[in-house]
Parts: sequence; structure tokens; C-alpha cells
Amino acid sequence: MKQSDIPTGSGSSPSAVPFWRDAGKRALVFQLAALLIVAGTCYYLFSNTQANLERQSIATGFGFLDKEASFEIAESVIAYSAADTYRKALLVGALNTLKVSFIGIILTTILGTFIGIARLSSNWLISRLSGMFIEVMQNIPVLLQLFFWYAIFYEAFPSPRQALNPFNGVFLCNRGLIFAIPEAHAAYPAMAWTFLIILVIGWFLNRWGYRRQELTGQAFPALRITAAAAILLPLGVWFLYGTPTAMNVPVLRGFNFQGGLTVSPEFSALLLGLVLYTSAFVAEIVRAGIQSISRGQIEAAMAIGLRPGRVLQLVVLPQALRVIIPPLTSQMLNLTKNSTLAIAIGYADFVAVTNTTINQTGQAIEGVALIMIVYLFFSLSTSVFMNWYNKRMALVER
Amino acid sequence: MKLTKVLVLILTLCLMVVTFAHAGKDLDAVKSKGFIQAGVNGGVFGFGMPDEKGVWKGLDVDTARAVAAAIFGDADKVKFTPLTAQQRFTALQSGEIDLLTRNATRTLSRETQLGLNFVAVNYYDGQGFMIPKNLGVKSAKELDGATVCVLPGTTTEQNAADFFRNNKMAWKPVVIESTTELAKTFFAGRCDVLTSDASQLAGTRAIAPNPKDYIILPEIISKEPLAPAVRHGDDQFRDIVDFSVLAMINAEELGITSQNVDEMLKSTDPVVQRFLGVSPGNGAALGLDEKWVYNIIKQVGNYGEVFERNVGVNTTLGLERGLNALWTNGGLMYSPPFK
Repeated sequence: MKQSDIPTGSGSSPSAVPFWRDAGKRALVFQLAALLIVAGTCYYLFSNTQANLERQSIATGFGFLDKEASFEIAESVIAYSAADTYRKALLVGALNTLKVSFIGIILTTILGTFIGIARLSSNWLISRLSGMFIEVMQNIPVLLQLFFWYAIFYEAFPSPRQALNPFNGVFLCNRGLIFAIPEAHAAYPAMAWTFLIILVIGWFLNRWGYRRQELTGQAFPALRITAAAAILLPLGVWFLYGTPTAMNVPVLRGFNFQGGLTVSPEFSALLLGLVLYTSAFVAEIVRAGIQSISRGQIEAAMAIGLRPGRVLQLVVLPQALRVIIPPLTSQMLNLTKNSTLAIAIGYADFVAVTNTTINQTGQAIEGVALIMIVYLFFSLSTSVFMNWYNKRMALVER
Repeated sequence: MKLTKVLVLILTLCLMVVTFAHAGKDLDAVKSKGFIQAGVNGGVFGFGMPDEKGVWKGLDVDTARAVAAAIFGDADKVKFTPLTAQQRFTALQSGEIDLLTRNATRTLSRETQLGLNFVAVNYYDGQGFMIPKNLGVKSAKELDGATVCVLPGTTTEQNAADFFRNNKMAWKPVVIESTTELAKTFFAGRCDVLTSDASQLAGTRAIAPNPKDYIILPEIISKEPLAPAVRHGDDQFRDIVDFSVLAMINAEELGITSQNVDEMLKSTDPVVQRFLGVSPGNGAALGLDEKWVYNIIKQVGNYGEVFERNVGVNTTLGLERGLNALWTNGGLMYSPPFK
């Protein structure tokens, strides 16, 4: 309710205007009434549900969260067993959703940008190929794509006993991609920390370099220095710890491989399906963003002697991103929401785990409420972040 | 106006969440409707599935038909709602269906926390494992490290977890919502093992590309008494459903079939006379017509007939009576006296 453009009348002789003719007060009354109606309706629905559940002696409340889940989950980022609580099981599901959405969003952004730029390429073949990719991926329902990729994973690859072994320590079969990982050692966390610290320092260095260039005109190659340090210093740390090389190699024992790291077919199929589908949309958004910059600006930038990379960095991207980011945000939200299709191909995402929970406890209302809250949280945090980024990227009018 | 939109949105959302508005006694509601709305499986051959002509067939379907025969004297006064394992209890709680005959296992928590009453068991099942023959496994105790295909939304997930935990074996579940998709995944070799109720495993094996390549392991790891269920709150309706199932069992024990039920009306045995309503009493006690048992047997058949017709040795499923034989033949099917 906008009030700013309505004269409130409070300035000129307030006593002469009765409150029902005072637009400001009237608006206040209406808003109060609306609030009361909403609150009342919600209270009625809530108490009605509560009473009905009680009458049918159906258990209510979130007490079940602390009971033993007693079902197994195929893959988990944190340690989980059937003896843990429903709370933990739901957390595992939420983390699985987060895992596939996070990796999916990053891959989608990269692939989508790449295809979007390729679509504008002056090379006829590249531009038509990416055009075809976009048309095909956009127009096949994502659920069908998931079934397709999943079927490829379990139909095309052999059983563990006949697993493909393309490289030493890497196995490919219908249990997934299983590969050797370094045996746990104190060197690896130390390397990760070094890497992170260098990134932080690099960020400050970049800011300093930027300011120096504004003041003195002298450029400082902060990016290159950071990149070199980010590669070399962790390596140095690795040498300091005495170059540990022990590997955790997967071995076929009984039904399946033991050890190493497994990327399951369910996860791969879901990730692949979501990334390919969403990146087609992202590609179109990127193409539209770049095309929104008038040709004249690019020509002008080149005329003053900027190299093509600098043209993109200084002229095209700052303006194109403004057009790209808002629709890109909604594609990211789409990807997160589409990840609920996981249940069709057996990936244990939040909805899948909640469904099992609902079925074992019978508390559908609580379960569905949890699903709503969690996805609302994921979506809102994504859009809060993207809005913040959008604000930073928006052109500052001078 | 923006506010109005928000208001309408909130109201719609709230209304979608709340579906618990039903009134009146279940039996009265069913009678005034003129038919029973029964929730069935919809996808399990032999228990609840429409045939190629769209006619519902199966053990659970016939159980619902028996209840219709008891109440209306007409076994066709029943409509079927196919439900997934996850929808079934909510559908019953919310009043969308009157009766649930959808191979549901009776458990303590379901009976107490879901507001349901289970009645007499119409099929004693147990969870088993199916495995490709060429893996050379002879017992479920050898399944350490196996990948197991499981159907969600059933007691199956929990049973499997309990079994592997109890035997200190590692395993990985692959949980897929649709029965057909899960079977496809299993036959393609994504899992080593498929676990489900033994009756369903038999049904799944029947549709395998080559059924002879698969064996069902001897271990039955759980008790699955599958029983029809009704809502809490209408004991009369509950009794009718209960004794409709029991009437079929009792009829088999007394040797009454859909073929000979008319002759049996002339029987001099007082037990049979009472059972078939020749000497009245039972019908009035349940609030039904005295011919209610006659109608069930005449139109649907006794338990043995229903079993053999839907899942017995001469059907695609080819199941033995086993636990589902009469108690007089070493099974568990036992009916209290009809007096």
C-alpha cells in the first residue's frame, strides 16, 4: 500500500477532517483489518487441524525428530547410520540437496556462460552446435532427461566384477565412478588452509593494486601473483610434511568396491540432468545479456586501443551482468527446486528422506511443513546472496 | 491490489494444507453415498491392479468387494482409488477413502499414531530377498556389502536396515519411488538384491526379462500381516469390515463356496444355518441384512477361492498357500465363531 503520494491532510486544519475521510488513517484501518483477517483465518485453520488430528488420535508435534530413524541412507556427507535420529537423517538429506544444488549451480554457470558465448561465435559450426544444444535441452522435460541419464549409467556400465579400469586406481561400473584418494594425512588440511589464506591475502592485494592504479596509473599484477602463490605454496607445504603419497585405493571385495571415493550413478545422473537442462537456459540469458550492449560501445573501446579481453572485462561485462544476474538467480532457484526430482532416480535428497520419515512416523503435516521451510530457506538465501551481488554489479549512475 | 493478492495466496496455501474436514459416521456416509470408496495398490499384480479391460482384480480388490456385498448386497458397489505407499494412510485419515485394502502391514505405531484400526488379516506376508542366480548367493546372511534396491514408503526400508544391522553387515540402499522403475533398475544390475514382501517379489520376478535367472532367498526377515484398515471412530463399520474378511475364511473352513452356497442354505447344520443367516441374528447384530454372508460368498467367494483366483499356484504369481492356509491345514487363517 503506497501512501506517499496521497495527501494525508494532517497539515491543514486537522480537526475539520473526520478520520474516515483521512486517507492515511483509513489506510491504517484497512491494513489492520486485513492483518486481523489473515491472523484469524490462520488461527482457525491451525486450531481446526489440531482438533481434527486429536479427534482421530493422530500423533502431532515434532517429538519424532529425536526418535531413532532406523532406515539407511545410501550416500551422506556426514557420518550416518540407521541408529541415528530422524533429526540427523533429515540433516543428511538437506546436505545432499545442498551438495547437488551447489555443485550444480557452479557447473551450470560455467557451462551456460560458455555455451552462451559460443552461440554468438562468428564460427558457423560452433554457433549452430550450441544453438542445437540449447533447443534440444530446453525442450525435453527434465524428468525425462534424468531417467535417460540414469538408464545410461546403469545399462551401459558393467557390474563391479567386470568394472572398466581406464586408469590405475579408477574404476567405472554400474555402482558408480570409484577412484583412489590420498590416504588421510596431516599435510592435506594444512595445504587447504594455506590455500584459503592465500586467497584472502590475494583479495586484499587485488584491492590495493586497484587503488594504486587509480592513484598512480601503475598496474600491479595481483591476480597472477595470487595464482602462482596459490599453486606453489601448498605444494611447498606438502614438501615440508615429507611428501606423503599413500593412496586409499579401491579394492573389489565381495559385492562391491571397498575404499576410495565413490560417485554414485544416482548423483551423477541427477547432476548431469540438472546441469545440462539449466545451462541451456543460462546460455540464452548470457547471450541476451551480451547482445544488450550496443555494438558501438565495443567498437569505441577497441578504437581507444583496448585488447579484446579488456573490452569484455571493462566495457561489456559490467553492463551485461546487470541484465544477466536477475534471470540467472531464478535459474539457480529452479535448479535447486528441480533437484527434488531426485526421488525418481533414487538419490537421497531432502524430499526423499522426508518422505521416508513421513511414512514411518505418519506425521505428514509436520514433514511437509519441514520441506516447505527448508526449500524456502534455500531459495531465500540464494536470492539474498544474488541480490547483494546484483547491487554490487549494478551500474552506479554518475 | 498487492495486499489482496498476498491474502488470497495465504488463504489458498492454508486451505491446501488443511484437508481434515469430514463429518458424520463412516457407515452412514457410505450408505448415503451408495458405494464404498476403497484405496488399493493399483500396481501390484494379484493384489490390486486393473486388468487390460480396466476391471480391478486382486486379493485386496476382492476384500473390498466383499465388504460392499455385505453392506449393499452388491459386490460391485465399490469404487477404487489407486494409492502409493506414501499416500495411503493420509487418504484414509482425510476421508478421501472409506476403506484401505492396499497390502498394508499392521504395526503398533500405525495403529496408535495414525488413528487407524486394522482388522482381520487377509494375507500373511514376510519380507524376502531376490537375487540373480549367477551371483551364487545361497543365504541372506552372505549379503555383506551388497547394494539393495528398496521401495520407499513401506516397512521394507526399516526391516532391511534392522536385518543388516542385526547381522553386522554393510549395505547400500537404492531407493526409487516407482515400482516399475525400481524393477527395471534391478534387472539392469544396478543392485545386487531386490527386497520387498515375498508376494511382491514373486510378482516382480514374473515380469523379469528372464524369470529363471532370479531366485528368492529362503530367509523371510519380517512378519508382514497385511490387513484392511479403517479410521478410528466408527466401531460398527470396523466390525463389518472385520467380519466380512472373517466370513470368507469361515466359509472356506465350513466348505461353503460360491458354487454350493445355494445348496448350503438347505443345510441342517445349525452352525451353517447361523452363518448363512438361515437362523437370523448375526446380520441384525452388525446392522446388516441377514443374507450378508450369503451375498459375500455368492458374489465374491470364500477365502480359498479368492486366493487361488488371484495369487494361487495356477496364476502368474504361483504362490503356495503357506501361512495363508486354514489353521486346519497348518496355516494361520482362523476365524472366530459366527454366533
